[in-house]
Amino acid sequence: MELLLQQVMAGLATGGIYALMALAVVMIYQAIDHLNFAQGEMAMFSTFIAWQLMQWGQPYWVAFAIAVAVSFLGGVAIERILFRPIHNAPILSSIVAFIALFSILNSGAGYLFDYTIKEFPTPFGNKPFLGSALIGTHQAGMIAVSLGMLALLYLFFRGTRLGLAMRAAAANPESARLVGIRVGWMTALGWGMAAAIGAVAGVLIAPVVFLEPNMMLGVLLYGFAGAVLGGLTSPGGAVFGGFAMGIIENLAGTFIPYVGRELKLTIALVLIVAVLMVRPSGIFGRRSVVRV
Amino acid sequence: MNMPSEEIVVKKPAALSPVAAARDANLDSALRRPVIIAAALVVTLVVPLFVRSFITFQLTQVMVYALAILGLNLLTGYNGQFSLGHSAFYGIGAYTAAILMSRWNIPYFSTLPAAGLLCFAVGFLFGLPALRLQGLYLALATFALAVAMPQILKFSPLEWLTGGVQGLVIDKPDPPFDLPIDADQWLYYFTLAVLVLMFAAAANLVNSRSGRAIMAIRDNPIAAAAMGINTALYKTLTFGVSALYTGVAGALGAIVVQFVAPDSFSFFLSVSFLVGLVIGGVGSIAGCLVGGLFVLYVPNIAESVSTGLAGVVYGVILLLVIFVMPDGAAGFARLTRARLARATQPLITKGRSS
Repeated sequence: MELLLQQVMAGLATGGIYALMALAVVMIYQAIDHLNFAQGEMAMFSTFIAWQLMQWGQPYWVAFAIAVAVSFLGGVAIERILFRPIHNAPILSSIVAFIALFSILNSGAGYLFDYTIKEFPTPFGNKPFLGSALIGTHQAGMIAVSLGMLALLYLFFRGTRLGLAMRAAAANPESARLVGIRVGWMTALGWGMAAAIGAVAGVLIAPVVFLEPNMMLGVLLYGFAGAVLGGLTSPGGAVFGGFAMGIIENLAGTFIPYVGRELKLTIALVLIVAVLMVRPSGIFGRRSVVRV
Repeated sequence: MNMPSEEIVVKKPAALSPVAAARDANLDSALRRPVIIAAALVVTLVVPLFVRSFITFQLTQVMVYALAILGLNLLTGYNGQFSLGHSAFYGIGAYTAAILMSRWNIPYFSTLPAAGLLCFAVGFLFGLPALRLQGLYLALATFALAVAMPQILKFSPLEWLTGGVQGLVIDKPDPPFDLPIDADQWLYYFTLAVLVLMFAAAANLVNSRSGRAIMAIRDNPIAAAAMGINTALYKTLTFGVSALYTGVAGALGAIVVQFVAPDSFSFFLSVSFLVGLVIGGVGSIAGCLVGGLFVLYVPNIAESVSTGLAGVVYGVILLLVIFVMPDGAAGFARLTRARLARATQPLITKGRSS
């Protein structure tokens, strides 16, 4: 029981990382209707910007704020410059464009900031949280921030005119344009927001996985898996899916004898596929219905 | 967002144009096609006699990739099922060949049917759960397959068979009948023969009744089912055939490279296939060759431009290609042909009227 609790808590802690990433994935999916394969690399690049600012002597929160702002602008710029011209191209072509962006950001970061592993500070400290040895203050802070961002996003999308306009632009671009929504700019805004969320995620993840150009690879994979498990149409589901990924991975590694340690990622993914068999649109996803 | 409707909208140009192109094809181009294919064959037959053996080796790899991309194309381009898992089928094919050759001394040419059949079975079985999934959810399921494959190959209880992390080394086959060519050239011709055979088979399949059923399912599954097509059967069969193609490519790849190791069959190989598929042209058989060329040569070119910025150069080239030809090389060729036809037509009619 003690071991189970410990593993669940450890799973929650890593799950917090996946949940943040999954949230960013779902955000951009809602805004542009495509899965962004370069999301993790965008977050990694933002984290490097924050790191560079701190190297130049800026305090943590200033660097954090500037990195998030720069990421927002960068996200908008990427949409305007790279993806606006090909928004009518087939879906597979856009996926290849994402792969290109991935390659550019990954290699560019390696060139600019080199491949050595860097330590990244945490604003929450690394003491045990609430006196328990199971979870640190940084992990607790991370979980709190992901839940806080989820709440803010919920309020933004449900409660503001801009959020409504963005949802309309994603759900039905033609009709949205007819009622006067600037669909192109809504998409760009979605990119900017996703990049900013990614920046927050990257800065929070970096103290755990350390800063280097490939740091987001594993995280993004789990984030995707979490987002799909929870349902790509549901931000809350994505956060749930991310936490679930962390817990499943830890429990499979501990409790399935013999194969568990070596094949824990495989087991986690097989479980997800099994869940998708039962609920093909993710646990909290809306089923899409098409008119024939 | 509803994925299916988006898919239909997006696939339309790729779906309709080959049919339209075939319908519009006049006698002239119907005659031209065999001539072009024959000329290409002659060139490919002569090339290895004049280039260095390393280039022969590279061109053999291009053909292997083209075959693997063709497998992915049958599934994604013609049947509309998205897969990120083809590195796994490629890996299964490669390991089948390597294990049969190194553990049981089975001749290299008989490993190809074995690899193909095994991959067909695995692909068919994987196609069953895939029936329930669409779009990105299917992408995740196949992605799981791609991520699992290197881990399974490294799995220690299977090490006696797979060689674990070390992988397996196999011998290069010698040319038979005392042919006056070296081993690289022989492998080139062997691969070319397999490639021509399997490309012809794929072209036949696509132009057959089954092929039309496969494409009908991609264009509108509900309408296809209403017309009496057994969509579940065709989708799983396509999955199997697609895996078979990629598995044979994997077996060939293992024989050509003479080495298999778990990490050569990672998710990134699947991404390469996907890039090759899109660059060559979704739903085009000849385009797969362009895809194979791109997958092999462009990373090398990027590396030679700048070692530190290789990834940036590669990404920029990729983006430029997508900007210039959003429908891949096949779409670009179609467009160019149509433009040429439009440019020449008025001249002909003028000539006739005068």
